[in-house]
Amino acid sequence: MVTYELSTPISEEDVRKLRVNDVVYISGTIFTARDEAHERALDWFISNKALPIDPTGLAVFHCGPIVRKVKEEWELVAAGPTTSTRMEMFEDKFIEAFKIRVIIGKGGMGPKTARAMKKVGAIYGAFTGGAAVLAAKAVRRIIDVAWLDLGMPEALWIMEVERFGPLIVAIDSNGTNLFEEVKAGVERSREHVYKLAGL
Amino acid sequence: MLASNLEATIVDLLRLAVTDLPRDVSNGLEQALQKENNLTAKNQLNAILDNINLARQNSIPMCQDTGIQIFYVTVGSKFPLLHEIPQILENAVRRGTREIPLRPNTVNPFLHKNPNDNTGLHIPWINWKIIRGTDLQITAFPKGGGSENVCQLAMLTPGKGIRGVKRFVIDAVIEAGAKPCPPTIIGIGIGGGADICMKLAKEQLFRPVGQRHPNRKVAKLEEELLEAINATGIGPMGLGGDTTSLDVHIDFAMRHPASLPVGFAVQCWAARRASAIITKKGKVKFTSHKVD
Repeated sequence: MVTYELSTPISEEDVRKLRVNDVVYISGTIFTARDEAHERALDWFISNKALPIDPTGLAVFHCGPIVRKVKEEWELVAAGPTTSTRMEMFEDKFIEAFKIRVIIGKGGMGPKTARAMKKVGAIYGAFTGGAAVLAAKAVRRIIDVAWLDLGMPEALWIMEVERFGPLIVAIDSNGTNLFEEVKAGVERSREHVYKLAGL
Repeated sequence: MLASNLEATIVDLLRLAVTDLPRDVSNGLEQALQKENNLTAKNQLNAILDNINLARQNSIPMCQDTGIQIFYVTVGSKFPLLHEIPQILENAVRRGTREIPLRPNTVNPFLHKNPNDNTGLHIPWINWKIIRGTDLQITAFPKGGGSENVCQLAMLTPGKGIRGVKRFVIDAVIEAGAKPCPPTIIGIGIGGGADICMKLAKEQLFRPVGQRHPNRKVAKLEEELLEAINATGIGPMGLGGDTTSLDVHIDFAMRHPASLPVGFAVQCWAARRASAIITKKGKVKFTSHKVD
């Protein structure tokens, strides 16, 4: 278990050295994208339309934050991760299209994403689910927002962060998947668990 | 008692619910940390407890998903504002969304449009009980999406019996895995019908952590299932460990001879709820939290 500090734009070399269970803090620019933003970003990619931000080497945060406008400035209130598996249907294409190096979320992702991470050089960093105040503390400011027509949770929020973390590396660029390992362990315990319940 | 006073009290309830976790839940998390053996799990529990304290101190929502707004209302038939309650709740939700603030979480499933005020067709949802008397009891129960997405219904054949119930619950917990932000609270409703068992299951989610069912058989089943669930190894956030659920709460209703319905409801660690009793003269007593 090694702790790393990364700054954006993150290079392929930076993420290739990370291993499952390592701890990462990110400084620089990250942006949020949930189901609808993933779908739109991929639609725009197919039709050769540039995204509102150059995503190369950035981290994507699976998050629908609470944000409020104070005078003319956006202020972040709370910003914990959302369940990443909903994005499994988009993420491999997303990583390949935009050369994203870090996906931040909760609950882990599946084999399709792990394969894309191995191919492109990217990792999945798990942030504690629901720990929205901890996450917001690491956000210095909101740089910009795009696609607000999707609603506050689904919009693309671009944030400047300082030591955003701790993120547990849960999928590394070898394709090793911590959540899959835990799941395999749970499967091995299943009969014992039934027995404890008198089955 | 004025409608505007009642509206302000409901905004207070919403704020309490999303910023200050009831002590039975945070104590449950602290006890789990003491017993936990897995290092990653300890780190996750520490992050959760830090987050809870920061939210409490700064009156900030502890989780960005402030849920779909659900209320449980038990009201005396002589409460003066009885027929105005739905409108007052809706106004309070709009105001709370701006003032607390809450994340706008209502989306029209056909138009993908979000009115940005947490209201819309059928939401806030109100569960009613009308009783004799003049008091109003309200529980604000903002329900997050991640844990809601793993709720399940099983229509078992009665021959499967309570063993079938146990197996269904364990399989549902394993299937949910990391998704509902464990450590969770599990609510189970047995009997009644498809809708009734789900309703009972959901109501179990706001029973205090550590409270056992008054029926001894049911209480024993709660304990047995809790032990089994915590032996799965799913752990906090599904990263492995001994703490998968803080508690299991069960209730039941009579069943049809041909049916054994089982509702399985899940609450994330941010088990938010806030309750108050309001008298006909507008005196407010918070029952879930200590309020100065």
